[in-house]
Amino acid sequence: MSAATESTGSAGGATAARQRIIKLAVLAVGGQGGGVLSDWITATAEENGWRAQSTSVPGVAQRTGATVYYIEMVPDEGRQPVFSLMPTPGDVDIVVAAELMEAGRAIQRGFVTADRTTLITSTHRALALIEKAEPGDGIRPNAPVLDIARRSCARLIAADMERLARSHGSMISASLFGALAGAGVLPFTAEQFKETIRAGGRGVEASLRAFDAGRTSVELNPEPAASEDAACAPAAPSDPAGPKALQDAYAALTARVASYPAPAQAMLAAGLQKVVDFQDLAYGAEYLDRVDAVLALDKRIDGGSRNFLLTVDAAKYIANAMAYDDVVRVADLKTRASRFARVRAEMGVGEGQVLHTTEFMHPRMEEVCGTLPAGLGRWIEARPGLMRNLDRLVNRGRRVRTDGLFWFLMLYGVGGLRRWRRGMLRHKVEQAHLEAWLAEMRRVAEQDYDLAVEVLRCRRLVKGYSDTHARGESKFARVIGAIPLVEGRPDAADWIRRLRELALKDEAGEALDGGIRTLREL
Amino acid sequence: MAERSFAKEVQQLRIGAGQEFRGEGILALTKALLQCGVGYVGGYQGAPISHLMDVLADGEEILSELGVHFEASANEAAAGATLAASVHYPIRGAVAWKSTVGTNVASDALANLASGGVTGGALIVVGEDYGEGSSIMQERSHAFAMKSQIWLLDPRPNLESIVKAVEDGFELSEASNTPVMLQVRIRACHVHGRFIAKDNQRPKMTVAEALENPRRDSARVVLPPAAFAHEHEKVDRRWPAAVDFVRERKLNERFGPEDGRVGIVLQGGMYNGVLRALQLLGLADVYGESRIPLYVLNVTYPLVDDEFLAFCAGKDAVLVVEEGQPNYLEQAFGAMLHNADSPTRLRGKDPFPKAGEYTGQVMLDGIRAFLRDHAAEMLSDQDRAPNRSQDAVPAEELAAAVPPRPPGFCTGCPERPIFAAMKLVEKDLGEHHIAGDIGCHLFASLPPFNMGATTMGYGLGPASASAFNVPAGKRSISIIGDGGFWHNGLNSSIGGAVFNKSNGLVVVVDNNYTAATGGQDILSSRASNASRSTKHPIANAIRGMGVDWVRQIDRTYDVPKMRATMKEALTTDAPGLKVIVASSECMLNRQRREKPQRAEAVKDGKRIVQPRFGVDEDVCTGDHACIRLSGCPSLSVKRLDDPLRDDPVAAIDESCVGCGNCGEVADAAVLCPSFYRADVVHNPNAFDRFLHRLRSRLIGALQGRRARGRLDFSGMPARAG
Repeated sequence: MSAATESTGSAGGATAARQRIIKLAVLAVGGQGGGVLSDWITATAEENGWRAQSTSVPGVAQRTGATVYYIEMVPDEGRQPVFSLMPTPGDVDIVVAAELMEAGRAIQRGFVTADRTTLITSTHRALALIEKAEPGDGIRPNAPVLDIARRSCARLIAADMERLARSHGSMISASLFGALAGAGVLPFTAEQFKETIRAGGRGVEASLRAFDAGRTSVELNPEPAASEDAACAPAAPSDPAGPKALQDAYAALTARVASYPAPAQAMLAAGLQKVVDFQDLAYGAEYLDRVDAVLALDKRIDGGSRNFLLTVDAAKYIANAMAYDDVVRVADLKTRASRFARVRAEMGVGEGQVLHTTEFMHPRMEEVCGTLPAGLGRWIEARPGLMRNLDRLVNRGRRVRTDGLFWFLMLYGVGGLRRWRRGMLRHKVEQAHLEAWLAEMRRVAEQDYDLAVEVLRCRRLVKGYSDTHARGESKFARVIGAIPLVEGRPDAADWIRRLRELALKDEAGEALDGGIRTLREL
Repeated sequence: MAERSFAKEVQQLRIGAGQEFRGEGILALTKALLQCGVGYVGGYQGAPISHLMDVLADGEEILSELGVHFEASANEAAAGATLAASVHYPIRGAVAWKSTVGTNVASDALANLASGGVTGGALIVVGEDYGEGSSIMQERSHAFAMKSQIWLLDPRPNLESIVKAVEDGFELSEASNTPVMLQVRIRACHVHGRFIAKDNQRPKMTVAEALENPRRDSARVVLPPAAFAHEHEKVDRRWPAAVDFVRERKLNERFGPEDGRVGIVLQGGMYNGVLRALQLLGLADVYGESRIPLYVLNVTYPLVDDEFLAFCAGKDAVLVVEEGQPNYLEQAFGAMLHNADSPTRLRGKDPFPKAGEYTGQVMLDGIRAFLRDHAAEMLSDQDRAPNRSQDAVPAEELAAAVPPRPPGFCTGCPERPIFAAMKLVEKDLGEHHIAGDIGCHLFASLPPFNMGATTMGYGLGPASASAFNVPAGKRSISIIGDGGFWHNGLNSSIGGAVFNKSNGLVVVVDNNYTAATGGQDILSSRASNASRSTKHPIANAIRGMGVDWVRQIDRTYDVPKMRATMKEALTTDAPGLKVIVASSECMLNRQRREKPQRAEAVKDGKRIVQPRFGVDEDVCTGDHACIRLSGCPSLSVKRLDDPLRDDPVAAIDESCVGCGNCGEVADAAVLCPSFYRADVVHNPNAFDRFLHRLRSRLIGALQGRRARGRLDFSGMPARAG
């Protein structure tokens, strides 16, 4: 189906049927090769008996912003047509978006209309800064944009063009060019499209493969693939590798998991794995004891009618609280064989190549104290002068070569301190924090089930290292501290949820403080 | 080395008469200059003129074959002053820059040039950076033309018309002894089209010949009493000469029927937009056959009164399509109609909006509204009384779903760590007044850095902090780029601050090019350039101006050092201006230069170490503090397939160039130990391999030992249903 040579309303009755201009907009993020795609489209038209014009507005947009390329074409009748230099809303036949949110932006700008526009979009995301910078989860979901796209255009072609291109060693411009060919909206054959790529002369083979992948994606997938929000199928449970005796002991713990209500089992299994990996099997048993206590409470306050939500969230957040981020854990994670293998794979290190890894560490005296026996650590911390002097020795940025023997051994040694972790200052501090938090949960659970669930979920606020960690704990304390303000209200849980979400909006917690102020005024 | 190479395209500059030229508007413009026998060309880069400067630089060989001199001017004032060569000598000269900012800078030279007048054709090509994608204040160049009596061409935006405007411009300039400004909008500069070329011409007189046979005429020097005579000369002789030329040569065009009750007067640059609106209204065809009479002003200053009045004769109403404010054309036409007692109604900024770009929608709405009022019978029922259908998707729903995407620093940009360090300094010393400047570094005023309170002009960052040169508890910080520094900052900003004993801190962001305009070389560029003199250190110039406290940092990525130096500058007792020159090469340019070399070396079996950064996802806790201190496009976040994790963790994609900023920031801000640098050694030598074997064996043994005492979950997905 071609958009050309349709007849439109007559101009003064002189010309009955006129050539109709095909109008095409390409929206890309800076650096995606939108210019290459636009040049290819123009060249394909010009080489095959059409007159074409392309324009763009680069300027600052070249630096990672969004760029619009605009192309018009009409069959060549030997006269120069008058093309427009910019698209008119409601008057665009084809929109190619090199990223999903750019498709949204095209719709926002009125380029996509239900009566005529074919919208070809890649479904992959190049996250915008505001999505990435939020302390919580700021990623905008794909589903609403795909839904809007479906409602806005005449025909939607959506696939992960970035992945398609990369899997063939090429750039997204090639797979999008293929999708444009596959969509059949331009009056050129696939061979004519390919001829343009060949004439370009650079990376031709890879481009052609990506082109074909893009073209077939249209045929295979007239409707967009399931979005990223779809739930993943649960993986089949398997056993951890390791000595037989440990495996057996672990099996005994997982047997306890099996006795839980069904909704809690998966989370509990994940949590158990995390805490055992963090410390040892006995720690796993401690974890299960803690969750057991929550389950007993949950049953007593009729959690069954709520799908044991309290237990599910306890399984999640107690595991996170027990597997806190300390120096020992970092050293342990950084020196594992599995980590070495993962880095090699991620960096695409081949057989004949050598990999050096350098870690960026910045220990402070606080971390050192946390790793000392609790008594000694407290003794030092109680003496600010001593603390300051020692900090001067310790506190500096260190570039640590974990592929070299010296630093590997250092970290390996620190990771090995695991067995003494229970006696360390940091552990005592974390335990006390954990118990106080669970006590608060138990206290409110008696009157308000949902509020108790929210108290558990506030654990999400505690994260990071050093200052970030301190900031997280302070936010946690502020939200938990607001509980007396809402207790007894029917919407108490809602308030705490709202405060927690506000706490994740900005770094300093200004939104959170605003929320608490509002609450005090109620 | 400029961002884009035109080495291939410039070959088209050689084509001869009858051959078809295909390419971008800006390249066509360059070809037109050569076809007109231009003797010298100058200018200053800046979108959309950067490409013209790049084309000229890449085409220098062709220019010199023709005896054409090309000068990369220090700034627009210098470019404007270059046209002095056409005052006494019959040499055609052309200069180009981004307007209105460049015209602001050049206006001193232009006013003097216009006063004395020219003998040879003098053409000023201004890239009108207005509307979508513009990076500057929204103003019109038109005012400059009027106030200095420079003629302004605004050709229809197709290659043929633009090329013709260059030819007409030189002739008009010579016929009226007045410089001529040729205005091209940003889309016209980048439009891809075609025209039939002519042969290039050697200048009738070269600048070398002029130099050997000097001439002068004190009547052309702008000094009293000559200056008073110039004013009269402009009005009494040059203006009428120009009007006669425009009329006789029919530089303005008429389209559509001879008669009609309504008509449209438009700037040439608006032609395609107007035609599209008429096409959509069923009043024009694809080839520009219009049912409405059109009067197209390829020359928007001076106006030809009788031409306009003849167009209006017998019409009920005429619409002026004039983009931007003030509406000089509408005002002038209104006066003409009034003085002629004409009954014709003039419409312009109503129905059009008072300000803003005439986009497709604005053009359609404006022309439709005009016709509805004055010639409704020409419109279809639908256009007479349009039923605006509800938008398929409400705007609020879209705005909630689609995040904005402001521009920012590129991947690996050396300016990022400068502002990361500054942000850390502010954490220690509190917020400061930060004066911004023009250049990539102005992106620091956007998220995530949000630094920089004002931008007052190119090279004027430190000058714009002048008023803050008073005793106070804090010092002002001002930013200037290397481009701005050489454009005029050395004098206006550094010299002024030294002279006035400023106590503030100036950070010179030196990336070896004018990076924001496309990576052109400047005095302090560290690359060798065959036709220019480079490698003049900024720090030397600053010391030469009399600054004692100068710190040169040659690796901006060293965030701790950058932070310590800034802190020192803001707290030291040393009197006078404090200047930090922060130098690292623009990463866009560096990658463009090094990437092919690196690939070649790897292919040739040479030992190459290639760095890239990564994040240990199980160490990252998902707070994203690193992103708030970076904003690097390659540093993103991803959701983990782990039911225990609520927040996405940091992740670095393969576009990472290994600049080191994230590791340095994590260290300097004491963030977290998740970042690591992975150096891949391509073609390792025997020693590399030996060491690797040794290390792997010992490390492997230790890892195996520990693994035997614990459970290994690495093969298991931590996943809940």
